[in-house]
Amino acid sequence: MQNAILAAFLGGVACATVGVFVVLMGVSFIGVCLAHAAFAGALLGVLVGFDPMLGAFLFSLGTAAIIGPLASRGELNLDTSIGVLFSLMLGLAFIFMGLMPGPKTQMLGLLWGSILTVSKTDLIWLGIVAAAVVAIVVLFYKEIQAVIFNREIALAVGIPAGLIIYGILFLTGSTITVSLSPIGGLLIFSLIINPAAAAYQLTYSLKKMFLLSAVFGVVSGWIGLLASYLFSAPSGAAIIVTSSIIFGLAALFSPKRKVKRWQAKDEPSRVL
Amino acid sequence: MNNTIVKIENAVVSYREDVALRDVSLEVRRGEFVGIIGPNGAGKTTLITLINGLGKLVQGRVWVLGHSISKGSINGIRKRVGYVAQLQNIDPRMPISVEEVAMIGRYSQLGAFHRPGKADRDIVDEMLKLVGVSHLAKRPIGHLSGGEQQRVAVARALAQEPEMFLLDEPTASLDWRAQKEIMELVKQIHETRNLTTLFVTHDLNVLPDTCDRVVLMKGGRIWQEGKPEEMLKQDTLSQLYDAPITIKEHEGRQVFLKAG
Repeated sequence: MQNAILAAFLGGVACATVGVFVVLMGVSFIGVCLAHAAFAGALLGVLVGFDPMLGAFLFSLGTAAIIGPLASRGELNLDTSIGVLFSLMLGLAFIFMGLMPGPKTQMLGLLWGSILTVSKTDLIWLGIVAAAVVAIVVLFYKEIQAVIFNREIALAVGIPAGLIIYGILFLTGSTITVSLSPIGGLLIFSLIINPAAAAYQLTYSLKKMFLLSAVFGVVSGWIGLLASYLFSAPSGAAIIVTSSIIFGLAALFSPKRKVKRWQAKDEPSRVL
Repeated sequence: MNNTIVKIENAVVSYREDVALRDVSLEVRRGEFVGIIGPNGAGKTTLITLINGLGKLVQGRVWVLGHSISKGSINGIRKRVGYVAQLQNIDPRMPISVEEVAMIGRYSQLGAFHRPGKADRDIVDEMLKLVGVSHLAKRPIGHLSGGEQQRVAVARALAQEPEMFLLDEPTASLDWRAQKEIMELVKQIHETRNLTTLFVTHDLNVLPDTCDRVVLMKGGRIWQEGKPEEMLKQDTLSQLYDAPITIKEHEGRQVFLKAG
């Protein structure tokens, strides 16, 4: 259980932090795409007989590296490029699954995740990636902020916007890869989107959005674990439902949704 | 020759099958205010973005501030060139404040791993004050009106402490009052800060009267160029825009009207 609590903390911080990029850059679908790429890569590893983690890493980073050039060379919308790669990865995953002989328990584990039985190696990788994500956000905060605001303006002031975007994609791919085993390919998407989307409802400060998102990610993990223990529910699903409830509450009480009422008595009439 | 700050030689730029610039050559001298006018699709924006490397050359060469534009030199050049684009569509919920947007201009001078210090904050405060939006510094950028957002864009470009100022249709989509205010601001900044300014517009009525030279673009070429009093004539402009244009005097300033 201690390992599960730690995995929820590290996974929550890493996923929710990259989620801020994903939400603000309007590429929500990238989470699903990279998760399926990592899943397909891990399946190839299981099928051929090499470390599934290595397969997941290569596939998700390879996909992250192709998304940008595919969009610019094919003159596609970024979301279309992500959709094309998502369908390819889904197809590959099904092919690898079909070719796999015998029981498919390990494969299903990658799909649903198993945070309660997370291994020490998984924890170490999760810790390394979570630390790298936080360190990169702190070190390159101003460059990231400029690119999030406007890529053309960032380029115009001499910030290597392309490099920053590839860095963000690399971080997203790495986070998804190391979260595949504990959180699961299907559920990871929600842990990337929901905490960041909830934080987006509550603040106009990017720094606060990063902090709130990480807090929501960790809290989702911990409350989800508790709920799974209390109600004997699947842990991954409980974490995702919790993060969705947090988003719902944030959206409900969002100060950004408040509409200022105006009354004629608020200001003197200028009509003569 | 030493006074030349921009030299564009036989530039050709194309997007897919459309040639946006056809064999264009232009020189700009230090301290000049150059207005670039022409109808939509004439290649004005493409020409201006060649100077800060946002546009991609297919043929020709470009020298800016003494350096030939290349992958190695472009970031160094961009740090010395302030750029204001057309009004952008900013998400009103964007978690970035006005002063943070203006601070992006300072990032060009700071380099990697350096955070803005007091000196940078002072410069940003000064620029926001100069463009008249210091009272909005803490507001989310997406909450400002179009005119206010363009003022912030000017402050951001000035916070770079640039040697050259590129303005690409900065008044497009603004109401007449905001247009007039931005024009006055640009004029004042050019005169007080010894900048070299290139101002692109399709709207003749927003061309500042401080222009030293006007470049007329049509069909991806420089059609004519010269002093404003030589270029801004009814016949020339009517040919440029393929529409009859009448010039009237109003309060000591030329007003351009579409005739008929």
